[in-house]
Amino acid sequence: MSPLRGTLMQIPRLQLTGITKAYPGTVANDGVTLTLMPGEIHAVLGENGAGKSTLMKIIYGSVQMDTGAIQVDGRAVRISNPREARALGVAMVFQHFNLFHTATVAENVWLGLEPGPTLEQTRALIVAKASHYGLDIDPERPVHTLSVGEMQRVEIIRALLANPTILILDEPTSVLTPQAVDKLFVVLRQLASEGCSILYISHKLHEIRALCTACTVLRGGRVTGVCVPAQETNASLSRLMIGSEPPALARRVQKAGAVVMEVRGLRLARADQYGVDLQEVSLRMHAGEVLGIAGVSGNGQQELLRALSGEDRRAPPGTVLIDGVDVSAAGPAARRLLGLHFVPEERLGRGAVPPMSLADNLLLTREEAVQSQRWMGGWIDIALLRTQANRIIDRFKVKAHGSSAAARSLSGGNLQKFIVGREIDAKPRCFIVSQPTWGVDVGASAQIRAAILAMRDAGCAVLLVSEELDELFQMADRLQVMAQGALSPTLPIADATVEKVGQWMSGLWSTA
Amino acid sequence: MLRLQARAEPSRWWVYASPLLALLVTVLLGVALFLLLGKDPVRGLAVFFWEPLRSGYALGELVVKATPLLLIALGLAVAFRSNVWNIGAEGQYVMGAVAASGVALLAEPGGSKWIVLPLLLAGTFGGMVWGGLTAWLRDRFNANEILVSLMLVYVAVQVLGYMVFGPWKDPNGYNFPQTQMFEAATKIPRLFASSRMHIGVLIAVVGAALVWVFLFRTRAGFAQQVGGIAPAAARYAGFSSRSALWTAMLVSGGFAGLAGALEVAGPIGQLTPYLPAGYGFAAIIVAFVGRLHPGGLILSSLLMSMFYIGGELAQSRLGLPQSLTGVFQGLLLFSLLACDTLIHYRVVRSKPRAALASAAGAH
Repeated sequence: MSPLRGTLMQIPRLQLTGITKAYPGTVANDGVTLTLMPGEIHAVLGENGAGKSTLMKIIYGSVQMDTGAIQVDGRAVRISNPREARALGVAMVFQHFNLFHTATVAENVWLGLEPGPTLEQTRALIVAKASHYGLDIDPERPVHTLSVGEMQRVEIIRALLANPTILILDEPTSVLTPQAVDKLFVVLRQLASEGCSILYISHKLHEIRALCTACTVLRGGRVTGVCVPAQETNASLSRLMIGSEPPALARRVQKAGAVVMEVRGLRLARADQYGVDLQEVSLRMHAGEVLGIAGVSGNGQQELLRALSGEDRRAPPGTVLIDGVDVSAAGPAARRLLGLHFVPEERLGRGAVPPMSLADNLLLTREEAVQSQRWMGGWIDIALLRTQANRIIDRFKVKAHGSSAAARSLSGGNLQKFIVGREIDAKPRCFIVSQPTWGVDVGASAQIRAAILAMRDAGCAVLLVSEELDELFQMADRLQVMAQGALSPTLPIADATVEKVGQWMSGLWSTA
Repeated sequence: MLRLQARAEPSRWWVYASPLLALLVTVLLGVALFLLLGKDPVRGLAVFFWEPLRSGYALGELVVKATPLLLIALGLAVAFRSNVWNIGAEGQYVMGAVAASGVALLAEPGGSKWIVLPLLLAGTFGGMVWGGLTAWLRDRFNANEILVSLMLVYVAVQVLGYMVFGPWKDPNGYNFPQTQMFEAATKIPRLFASSRMHIGVLIAVVGAALVWVFLFRTRAGFAQQVGGIAPAAARYAGFSSRSALWTAMLVSGGFAGLAGALEVAGPIGQLTPYLPAGYGFAAIIVAFVGRLHPGGLILSSLLMSMFYIGGELAQSRLGLPQSLTGVFQGLLLFSLLACDTLIHYRVVRSKPRAALASAAGAH
């Protein structure tokens, strides 16, 4: 099966054959075959929605396949739950951590283990594993005091304590700074050299080329390629993943206009226990310019966005201004009247009401179809509302069954196109958008990015918050980096390098 | 083997079919119940589903009982759609009746008929105050509105008891705990001489139309519902969750209070400790069976009214206790909750596991 590495004589650690899993409406996996050799770091590459997570859940026993076969070390097995998977030597580190924030590292690890060791023994086991792999962690620290990277180390140590022969990592670098990624890779290479097979799920091409020794590419639930990543280029991997190369965006040097929106030394205490305090955040959005905010998520971006949009009105007077008007205490509706429109990263439940129609969802931020507004908030002109919705659906090429389709019936990319379209259609002077292409397919991403850049060219001030450095380098004119609730000085895109931004993502801009 | 499979999209068809299936299940369970009690099920069902429709007078009685149920359920539909769980409509109903009685007792013999207007307003206001109390406790102290509104029912019943045992007790009433019969001028005007149907039914139907307009044609109604379905989207849009809470409690309290005023000055004609008849709780079932939609509520309030009348008739005709009404209400609610599963799930024949196993073994 795997002539790529000359391992014909070896028995695969894990052999998947013809795995098919259908959900109502979609086929998540369609005849997927995958061969994982001992000691191999095997990338599972694919876009959001390509079926990577479903495949991993099948291996981990949390989802049951419809048809197909699984062999571990040449023996046919049935994995009907995660306990059976662990007994076969499978361990998994999820993208979203399963940790109790109020408990200590040791308590968290202990709770996740099969019954056996005491808490005291668990502490010793953690220290032993940590020192063996250079994963520095104090078992006595409460989890809520850890950084995101440290929380991931806890998850990895917990997985390693079972001495797995197959370790699955789901998008492990999405929450890490570039420097932390390098450290993680050292650990993974050491594990592989000791014989552990690693399944590494990602859509980041450069990481896969740097780390992995084999790669299976998924698209639309099917395998579209098996390759050795080091022998491929980003372009060839990308072709396997999406079927074509993404169209390049035309970038032109932009002359920044007047300041439209400004934040002056905003300090804001966290609103909930696990939030982040904003510390002296200052930024200026100029007309005709994209200001990018880089940073690992959970460093205060959510808090800043809520203070900018008006969802959080606790900002001290004089800290948030639009056209010099103090809007610190103004609500979202008042800020929209001043020309500020915002696209949040959560589409369902925040940017749109899931069971309501697209037409009704316009009413969240648009009031062209609302008449005689003095009484009961205004009378809704249904015909006008539908016309308006249909116009946005046409203009932004949203695939939907008309304006009466429920928001939740749309795919992520199409709903995002509708929401971005709804806000762009309002002709904002000031446009804030968070993770615009998160979970969106490549075609829709390109379209959304082009629409945002077209607005900038038309003189709109744009603030782009994103975790994807590629996206920021592609679109932003200036960058600021957010770390631990503080915002770095501004960095012209011409001076920005991945290394420098990565360093700033750890909060180290004062020393730079 | 049959199993449930999640639907990709909730079924619109089953949203409306589920209450009908639930009614069918209730009828079947009712037949079983009558058989177990040794009664003729055909006669039993006739008492519940035929007798209340048999004559003009019976239909009038059906509407008389449906009126308070519809009024209360309209307010509850607004509250439930806003994700505000007011289950204390019974208390708001009682306080509306108490406030309306206060006005009724001021009437002079032979006074103007127009006193009905301030009487109904007082009832509405009384219900709003009682509902507003819950809103205030939730708003100010973040108290759970489910518990607070429910507990305030018992407080309202105590207030009613205090008034009829104390200051408002009829001096010529042989020490019975009740007020004097209200003056004729305060009587809610009837629609026909031959029936107890009064103008309350017109108020309720107009109320249903107004609630429909509010929910589906005004932006305030839209904002109210967004707050219930997706609070984060309401914050994003800038809709106030506080005003949604207050609107929900005041509207549902006001409707319940109005129903109380119409009842005490209509069919009853005096304030007695037997006023709380469970309409406030039955209206919760009415609201859900009617899919929280004003049109559906008209149908479901008539259905629930049939259960009330059927229960009374079962007592005299079949010698069964009146609590049969509550049994049927409960059966309907539970059947509905069960049938609503079909909105989100479909029933499929599961594939035999043996086929899967042999497919796995072949490799």
